[in-house]
Amino acid sequence: MVRVTSRPDETVGGARPATGASPAPDAAGLGRARAAGFLVPSMVLILLFLVVPAAWTIYLGVTNYRLTGLAAAHPEVVGLDNYTKALTDERFRTSLLLTLQFVLGSAVLGQAGLGFAIAFALRDRRGPLRRVVEAFILLSWILPSSVVAFLWIALLDRDAGTLNALLGTPGMAWLLDHPMLSIIVFNTWRGTAFSMMLYAAALENVPRSHLETARLAGASTWQQLRDVVFPRIRGHVLTNLLLISLWTFNDFTPFLITAGGPEQRSEILAVYVYKVALSGGELGFGAAISFIMLLINLVIALIYLRMLGRRERA
Amino acid sequence: MSADLAKEARTDLAARAAVRHLLARVGRYVFLCLVLAFFALPLLWLATAPFDDTPTIGTSLPRFTLDNFRTLLDNPYALTSLVNSVWLAGGTAVLVVVFAALAAYALSRVRVPGRDALLYGLLLLSSIVTGTATMVPLFELAFRLNLIDSRLGVILVLTGGLLPAAIFILKDFMDATPTSYEESARVFGASALQIMRHIVVPVVRPGLATVGVWAVANVWGNFLVPFLLLRGPDKAPAAVIMYTLYTEGGQADLRLLSTFSLLYSLPVALMFVFVSSRYGFRFHGGIKR
Amino acid sequence: MSAITLRELTKVYPNGVRALDALDLEIADGEFFALLGPSGCGKTTLLRTIAGLELASAGSVRIGDRAVTNLPPGQRDVAMVFQDYALFPHMTVRDNIAYPLRIKKVGRAARHDKAAGTAEELGLSALLDRRPGQLSGGQQQRVALARAMACHPQVFLLDEPLSNLDARLRLEARTFLKRLQRELGVTTVFVTHDQAEALALADRIAVMEGGRIRQVGTPTEVFRRPANTFVAGFIGSTPMNLVPARVHGDELAVAGVRLPVPEDVRGRLTDGEQVVYGVRPEYLDHSPEPVPDALTGQVVVVENLGSFSLVSLDVPAGDDGATSVQVVVPEGREPAPGDTGWVVPRPGRTLVYRDGELVTGAAAPPVPAPRTGVAADA
Repeated sequence: MVRVTSRPDETVGGARPATGASPAPDAAGLGRARAAGFLVPSMVLILLFLVVPAAWTIYLGVTNYRLTGLAAAHPEVVGLDNYTKALTDERFRTSLLLTLQFVLGSAVLGQAGLGFAIAFALRDRRGPLRRVVEAFILLSWILPSSVVAFLWIALLDRDAGTLNALLGTPGMAWLLDHPMLSIIVFNTWRGTAFSMMLYAAALENVPRSHLETARLAGASTWQQLRDVVFPRIRGHVLTNLLLISLWTFNDFTPFLITAGGPEQRSEILAVYVYKVALSGGELGFGAAISFIMLLINLVIALIYLRMLGRRERA
Repeated sequence: MSADLAKEARTDLAARAAVRHLLARVGRYVFLCLVLAFFALPLLWLATAPFDDTPTIGTSLPRFTLDNFRTLLDNPYALTSLVNSVWLAGGTAVLVVVFAALAAYALSRVRVPGRDALLYGLLLLSSIVTGTATMVPLFELAFRLNLIDSRLGVILVLTGGLLPAAIFILKDFMDATPTSYEESARVFGASALQIMRHIVVPVVRPGLATVGVWAVANVWGNFLVPFLLLRGPDKAPAAVIMYTLYTEGGQADLRLLSTFSLLYSLPVALMFVFVSSRYGFRFHGGIKR
Repeated sequence: MSAITLRELTKVYPNGVRALDALDLEIADGEFFALLGPSGCGKTTLLRTIAGLELASAGSVRIGDRAVTNLPPGQRDVAMVFQDYALFPHMTVRDNIAYPLRIKKVGRAARHDKAAGTAEELGLSALLDRRPGQLSGGQQQRVALARAMACHPQVFLLDEPLSNLDARLRLEARTFLKRLQRELGVTTVFVTHDQAEALALADRIAVMEGGRIRQVGTPTEVFRRPANTFVAGFIGSTPMNLVPARVHGDELAVAGVRLPVPEDVRGRLTDGEQVVYGVRPEYLDHSPEPVPDALTGQVVVVENLGSFSLVSLDVPAGDDGATSVQVVVPEGREPAPGDTGWVVPRPGRTLVYRDGELVTGAAAPPVPAPRTGVAADA
């Protein structure tokens, strides 16, 4: 749930002299020793709670470690058994498929699409309508997840839910009959703010003169978007897609609404790992699945970096 | 003749353009109203139910009362969980701001080979690892370090997860600060620590505030880490108590649930209002291209 | 007692760039001294090395009678004004000016008194409670100067002091700065890439290129007798005309005509050798009629510069086509493009360069480059 408000591909060029000489290596006279000292607390915590768990995942994944029982005391290395088990497990494959649906539906189509549409619709507006729309979208983003989870449970409730009252569909059990659709819509609602803000900032960077040139040439709105806006904000789009894909892929909040149910029909990977490892106690198997998740994350990130690199070379 | 035709064609075109323009405007309004409805609808309950003398799960015009808030006092965990949340959020924010500021300053001012690669690597790792993928080893690690059921454990784990992004944001702020400030102070004879205290900290204060608010908001809403690492309800923060209120023990008490939701949501909402009125809720740092 | 002496000063960056190359330089007590050169010539590095913000790779720096080569900047008793002024944005003007005294542990009341006094000298009294962000560029510059003055350093170092001001304000600030330096009498070194600024302000100028000093001299010296073609091209609002020439006894074959060898180098040139003939546009007189000992060519461009015009003529240059010669023509006497014109150098203002270095009448050997800082015609 880390929300980054800064672009990872941005390198900030300091005020370097044009001489080609390096800038002052140490403007404040900090000294290498003290600088290293400044880095130590952060690096220790990052190492301990980010790097070590990541590495540990790899180790646990090849053991039969369990939360309780004999294997809890004496875990044995079982090689790639966990991985073959996962890859042949119907439940895992279903979960992976559901996660892909979840990412594509709620992040790529939902958050990015809706976020861009809203940013574009609001691009040259000022005044109360914009402020109210933005305020509600931001509220849905910043409120604690356990609160919004309950708000959605209440909204979608079968008997007394507001949605059924509005749609005139009493007795419609959204969470039971359409669990995936429910969490996809929920996550779209939850996360659109980030994309909206990012695209709003990006749209401000599209020079007015470019749009006006296109309009003078008689381009329709769609043509303006395709020929002027998108080429200009491609970097923002890629950054946005990477971040929201990663966040959505690892998001645990749907657990609060459907807990993976009914019958594992909304059991995305994050929920699956929790259930297997901590409810079911199969820590080794859970770690193997975690590691597969890490690999998928890495693949997503690499695809993005690749595309970004191509853009910069172009 | 042909001039008339051209004129007619032109007025025809103009009329069509006007219609299209009007349609586009109407379309835009309809779209924005739908957006507004979609985002506001789930939130309405939070505004009405706490003040309704018989709150239901649906949204309705409340018969106004403040009695519901008394249920908060009756519940043994409601108020303590908010205090717990304050401890966790405050502790994490302080650690994140202090450690990230030190690290970002060192990284911004002293040339370390491979600095950017390190930073991007950590940022990527934190986006990937902070989620659910490492809950197993995190739990294990906390267990071995004797940090299960300890607030400090939650704070440290959360701090570790937030630090890479915090360093990244703050380094952006530090990089944007001209080194001539520090060099100027150095020529006047200020020591490195004096420079930190007199110049750097005041100059990047907006950045420190941003990161602090961002860290508080993150911890305030974080459910997974305290849910994993804390055992009893006496140390649980509001995020976890909120969840137990509607999942455990049969019929949920909607008076308690609604008032607690509101009270728990209010601090982040207020913080957001404060930040947006003070700094404008816009992207800081890197979004420049 | 605050002369600056640099000996064999060398700065090599970790990436191998040699920013300063064994510089020797003396700056006299109370002197207003300019370091001039194109960007990347090492002038800013030199200033920062004097300040102590960069440490020399080799060589020594003395300020007054102290060797300061390895002292940290705070102990060198210098004050520096940065190009962006580096006024602390969160402090008022008063606190900014008093900051050096705060570091020296002067009490609050005393340092505020001192700040108020200094501010008054510079006409800043009304601005004491403002923040730097609320000041104009010129005011910010004065505050930066006041802050530098407040601690009574032995040396002022100014990095491009006028470059952040707009053109009109720059002239005003230039006059102000020169007057202030004269009144304070403190040794002042400033860096600039603007030759006009250096000529106008400095008592002496060091012209730098590629980490070396190419000439040191008074403004008059470097303007009239640039020691080499680099300085000749760099100094002056229009660069010196440099035309290839060949020696024929007492005459030079220049641009298709024969001109007498300048008096002071007569006998120092070898017959038949290839040299460069140099004369400033300001030291050429244009004539629409043929005159003796003149270069001749066709007028191609006339640029009106107010009270005078800059006229460019195409003159023949050896075997390969034409070269351009520029001449300053007073108002009312401008030729029209396409006219044929004749330009005569004024006596004593023409220079001859051999291998890029000035051929002088003095006994000093013409090569190698006078990087030791001895002015070419001293």
